Amino acid sequence: MKDDDRVIEISNVSTRYGAHVVHTGLDLEVRRAEIFALVGGSGSGKSTLLREMILLQRPDSGSIRVLGVDLQDLGADETLALRLRWGVMFQHGGLFASLTVKENIGLPLREHTGLEDGLIDEIAAAKLAMTGLKQEVGAQYPSELSGGMMKRASLARALALDPELLFLDEPTAGLDPDSAGGVDELVRKLRDLFGLTIVMITHDLDLLWQVADRVAVLGEGKVLGIGSMAELSRMDHPAIRQFFDGPRGRAAQEQEEQQAAAPAGTKIKEPPSKPK
Amino acid sequence: MKALSLAPAAIAQPNPQNLALSGSWTARGIGAIEGQLEALHLASRTELVADGARIDALDTAGAWVLQKLLLRLRGEGMAVSISGLRPEFAKLLEAVGQQVGAQSDTPAADARPRASMLGDVGRAAERAFEQTVALLGFVGESALALAGCIAHPARFRWRPMLYNIRSAGFDALPIVGLLSFLLGVVVAYQGADQLRQYGANIFVADLIGLSMLREFAPLITAIIVAGRSGSAYAAQIGTMAVTEEIDAMRTLGIAPLEVLVLPKLLALLVALPLLTVFADVLGVFGGMLMARAQLGVGFVEFLDRFVKAVSITAYLIGICKAPVFAAIIAVIGCFQGFRTKGGADSVGRQTTRSVVQSIFLVIVADALFSVAFSALDL
Repeated sequence: MKDDDRVIEISNVSTRYGAHVVHTGLDLEVRRAEIFALVGGSGSGKSTLLREMILLQRPDSGSIRVLGVDLQDLGADETLALRLRWGVMFQHGGLFASLTVKENIGLPLREHTGLEDGLIDEIAAAKLAMTGLKQEVGAQYPSELSGGMMKRASLARALALDPELLFLDEPTAGLDPDSAGGVDELVRKLRDLFGLTIVMITHDLDLLWQVADRVAVLGEGKVLGIGSMAELSRMDHPAIRQFFDGPRGRAAQEQEEQQAAAPAGTKIKEPPSKPK
Repeated sequence: MKALSLAPAAIAQPNPQNLALSGSWTARGIGAIEGQLEALHLASRTELVADGARIDALDTAGAWVLQKLLLRLRGEGMAVSISGLRPEFAKLLEAVGQQVGAQSDTPAADARPRASMLGDVGRAAERAFEQTVALLGFVGESALALAGCIAHPARFRWRPMLYNIRSAGFDALPIVGLLSFLLGVVVAYQGADQLRQYGANIFVADLIGLSMLREFAPLITAIIVAGRSGSAYAAQIGTMAVTEEIDAMRTLGIAPLEVLVLPKLLALLVALPLLTVFADVLGVFGGMLMARAQLGVGFVEFLDRFVKAVSITAYLIGICKAPVFAAIIAVIGCFQGFRTKGGADSVGRQTTRSVVQSIFLVIVADALFSVAFSALDL
C-alpha cells in the first residue's frame, strides 16, 4: 500500500494542559513490523502521546501521520476507516462489563462486517485461543476475570479485525512474572504471524530487553534517546542512566547478556525478576 | 490485510478438478462467500487443487472460512491441496488451521441453563428470598453499628452527617417547596367544584389541611428525597464497591457502615421531618391561594377555619411518619449500593432498584400507618 516503511511519523508535536507543558517539539518515527516501546518517568507524556496517536486527543501543534494518513482534519469516514486499521489494548482492559468476553471480542466484527453470528462466534473463539485463553473464558463476564486474563481478552478484542498496527498500554503492569512472561511471548508471536507493527508503553524491563526492537525514552517534553536497549544502555543522559542503573535495570541487563552468551536452543525460560 | 479498496472474496470452479480463489479473504470481504460455497457442485472426486495465487488479502476471518471449507471437503472424502499461496498467507492459514482442528474437536458447551417458565419463577422467588434475608441482615448490621456509636459517641462522624443534612435536606428545599405548593393548588382546585355544589366553600380548609398535613406532604417529600438522595446513596456506594474502595476501607480497619451508612441515615432522620414541615406550609399556602381564587374564601376566613378543623394530632401524625420514611430511604439506598458487583451496568441496576424499592416501601408503610391510625381512632 505504501512504499515507505514508516508507520507512524510524529514531527514537532507540542502539547500542554493549561500551564503544564507535556511535549515541546517532539519527533518520533515507528517503522513497519517493529516492536516499538515508549518509556519514561511518570508525567513524561507517554500516555498523552499514545492518546494522540490513536485519535483520542489532539496535540496543540505539530503533525502526526499514522499508516500514511495525517491525523489533522480527518473527516468522520476517514477517521472510522483509520480506526479499523489499528487495535488498542488499554491498561485496564476497557472491556464492556455488560458483555461476555466472547461478545466483547466479536463486537468489532458485528459492528463493522456483514458476517453471520455463528461465524463471528467461531472467529472470536479463535482469537481467544490465539491469545492463550481457554474456551470457557469466552462465556464469562469481564468482572470474573483475573488481571492477566483481562489483558489477554482485551488483546483478543484489539485483534478482532486483524489490524496492521497494535497499541498496547502497559501490557504487563499488574501481572505476575509468569503471566508477564506469557505476554512477552504473545507479543513476539503476533508480530511474526501477522507482520504487525506494535507500539507499547511499558516499564517492564524484561519486556523491553526481550521483545522491543527499538525503545524511545521520553522526558523533558522530548525524546531523550532512541534505539535498541543495548544502544540506550551506552548513552549518558542522566534520565536514561536512571533507567539502567537501578538494581532492577542491572538484573534485567545481566539476564539479557547471559541469554546472548548461551548457545541457541538452551534459552533461559523466564527472567527471575519482574518490576512492579 | 489492507482491505479498503480490494475486490470481495470469490471462489470459482473453472474445471472439476480445480478451484480458483481470488479477491480479499478478509472479515470485510467474505460477506458474500457463503452463498458461493453453497453453489459449488463438487462430485466426490478424489483429488482437488485449490489455486490461491489470486488471493489479494487474507486475515484470520478469511483463513477461518477457507480452513472450514477445506475441512468440509476432506470430510467428504476428497484430497484437497492448496497451491500458489503467498508465504505469509500460508503461515497464517496454517496457524488458523490448528485452531479450527482444535475447536471442532471440542464442541462449545453452552453453559447457560435453558429458559423455562417454572424455572424462571423459581429463580425469581429464590432471588427475592435471598434479597429479603440480605436486607434484614443489613438492617441488623446497621442497628448494631448505630448502637456502637451510641455507646461511643466520639466515634460518630459529625462532619459527613452535617454535609448530608445540607445536601439531602437544605438543597432539596426548592423542589420540595415547589411540588407541594402545586399539590396544594391541585387538591384545592379538584375539591372546589364539589364543595361549591353544596355551598360548603369554607370546608376547603378542612380538605386542604387534613389531606396535606396527614398524607400528601410526608408522602411527596419522601418520594422526592428517595429519587434525589436515595439514588445518590446507591450510586455513590455502588461505585465505591466497584472500585474496591469499600474493601480498602475494611482492610484499613474502618467500618464502612459507620462511615457510609450512619451519617446518611441520621442526616435523613433529621432532614426529612424538617422538609415535611416545609412541605406542609407551602402545600397549605397553595391551597389557600386556590381557595381565594376559586371559592372566594379569603385568607383570614381560611386560617380561622383551619385552626378549628385541623388538630395538632393531624399535624403530628404527618410528621411522625417522616422518620420512618427516612429510615426506609436511607437503608434501601445504602443496601442496594453495597450489593453492587461487577461494573458500570451493575451500578445503574442497583440505583434503579434502590429508587423503585424505597418508593414502594414508603407507600406500603404509609398504608400500614393508615390502618394503624384508624384502628387507634386518630
